[in-house]
Amino acid sequence: MSRRVVPNTIALLIALVVAFPIYWMVLSALKPAGEIQSATPVPWTFNPTLDSFQRVLQVNDFGRYFMNSLIVALAVVALSGLVAFLAAVALTRFRFRFRTTLLVLFLIAQMVPIEALTIPLFFLVRDLGALNTLFSLILVHFAFTLPLAVWMLRGFVAAIPDEIEEAAQLDGASRWQILWRILFPLVAPGLAATSVFSFITAWNDFLFARTFIISATENQTLPMALLVFFKPDENDWGGIMAASVLMTVPVLIFFMFVQRRLVSGLAGAVKD
Amino acid sequence: MTAIDAGPAVAGRARPRTRRQFAPLWMLLPAAAVLVPLFVYPIYQLGLLSVLDFRQAQVSGGQPTRFIGLDNYAELMSAPKFWSVLWATVVFAAALVVVTLAVGAALAVLLTKVSRWAAIALSLAAMAAWAAPAMTGSTVWMFLFDTNLGLVNRVLGWEGHNWTYERFSAFALVGAVVVWHSFPFVMVTLYAGIKALPEQVLEAAQLDGAGPWRSFWSVTVPMLRPVIAIVVIQSIIWDFKIFTQIYVMTNGGGIAGQNLTLNVYAYQQAFASSEYGLGSAIGVVMMLILLAVTLVYLRMLRRSGEPL
Repeated sequence: MSRRVVPNTIALLIALVVAFPIYWMVLSALKPAGEIQSATPVPWTFNPTLDSFQRVLQVNDFGRYFMNSLIVALAVVALSGLVAFLAAVALTRFRFRFRTTLLVLFLIAQMVPIEALTIPLFFLVRDLGALNTLFSLILVHFAFTLPLAVWMLRGFVAAIPDEIEEAAQLDGASRWQILWRILFPLVAPGLAATSVFSFITAWNDFLFARTFIISATENQTLPMALLVFFKPDENDWGGIMAASVLMTVPVLIFFMFVQRRLVSGLAGAVKD
Repeated sequence: MTAIDAGPAVAGRARPRTRRQFAPLWMLLPAAAVLVPLFVYPIYQLGLLSVLDFRQAQVSGGQPTRFIGLDNYAELMSAPKFWSVLWATVVFAAALVVVTLAVGAALAVLLTKVSRWAAIALSLAAMAAWAAPAMTGSTVWMFLFDTNLGLVNRVLGWEGHNWTYERFSAFALVGAVVVWHSFPFVMVTLYAGIKALPEQVLEAAQLDGAGPWRSFWSVTVPMLRPVIAIVVIQSIIWDFKIFTQIYVMTNGGGIAGQNLTLNVYAYQQAFASSEYGLGSAIGVVMMLILLAVTLVYLRMLRRSGEPL
């Protein structure tokens, strides 16, 4: 075991360095204002307080932005998951003309710099009269999470043996029943992993929120709301850190749940 | 109904063929109904806008939209600013890819050499960094490197040093955040790849007298090629499109636009200067560069024999 002392020490040190910013975020959110301003910052506090959280939630209406972000992300997860499931089944369970072409298109779609599409999408959303609505954000993320969702789910559908469906068919199950009663529950774990990706994409979106939600502050989402705390003269770092914690926690929870499948889903070539 | 698969033949099972043709169609319809108007059409629109004279006057309908051919592109090509931004984007992305891969690969190998508890500690820390939203990662690092209250300046005794004032140090700071966010994906993926390698091959190499260094470069790396390809391409694509970190940390592209990348530049041209045609042209340039990268990726996939 002694030959592992050196690599273990290195690994532990790196782990501490990597985790430090997260630790510092949580710590600073809990520090009283005086300690944030102090000339000698220390990596601990003996007077943890929820002042910053209170200020963020009450004065700045952060709870509302949190709910807005949640509504958008959950709507995207539901819509994207359902539609991607149907498409993934079609692309794995059937052989038809242009199937490979479609697959390649789904792959290429993931590479499209969607940031560049903000310009035409801004006009599209404006013409729909949907600027300043949460609906506009749901719509664009629905479209942008689909290609990756289809691509990931494809692998999970393919992993289900054909025989199960064939047996069900012999037992007289309709195609509809096979799809929802048999395939859907079996793909559920993969759907969970895919959902996390869709959730994170929608939850982290800064660009579209900034572009579409121009004047309706009540429809602002978290990333943009964070910027409210940056002031030209004196940033409210305690508030910024508390808001950042609130924004990071849901993602961390989701991530821990599906991290195992994440890898196999992302790296299609890695066979577990 | 003909299968045009280039991949290996599907196990020939006679399936009932009744109404088969229509099933995939209706299952793909919902996806098409979303992607065509919200994905395909905007791409076409982007191309269209890039060949139009489209500014504030045209948006408000005060002036008719004019077709100006490749004038927007000509204007870009003759602007030194565009070339410096393009150059900065390529160098910045390349540096990020190299550093992310080096860090991720080194730590993946480290994971194979440590005890279980150390591996778990490192994996958890990496997961936290990976999961942190780009926005909050940016704010925390900004706080750590803040001019007056930042921990880093306090520890170094550099009170008053502004990290985003200098072009290079601002890029370096944003780069550090991006690497912190993205090395975990590389580490975890490569580690999974190494784990999946057959033990016997490495043992055989050892028996043939190959040292750890030699067997790593001559056995492990070649066998991991498909995984490495995925990680490299993903990194290139992500790092080329960095937006949030640049925008937030350098306040929209840095002092006098010194930290602009193509992405942010296109956005600023369109929404800050109302030069929608010019911004779209920059977007098209970006799209073409990434398309080229994607095509290389597809060729690699085909070579490694991954059936689609």
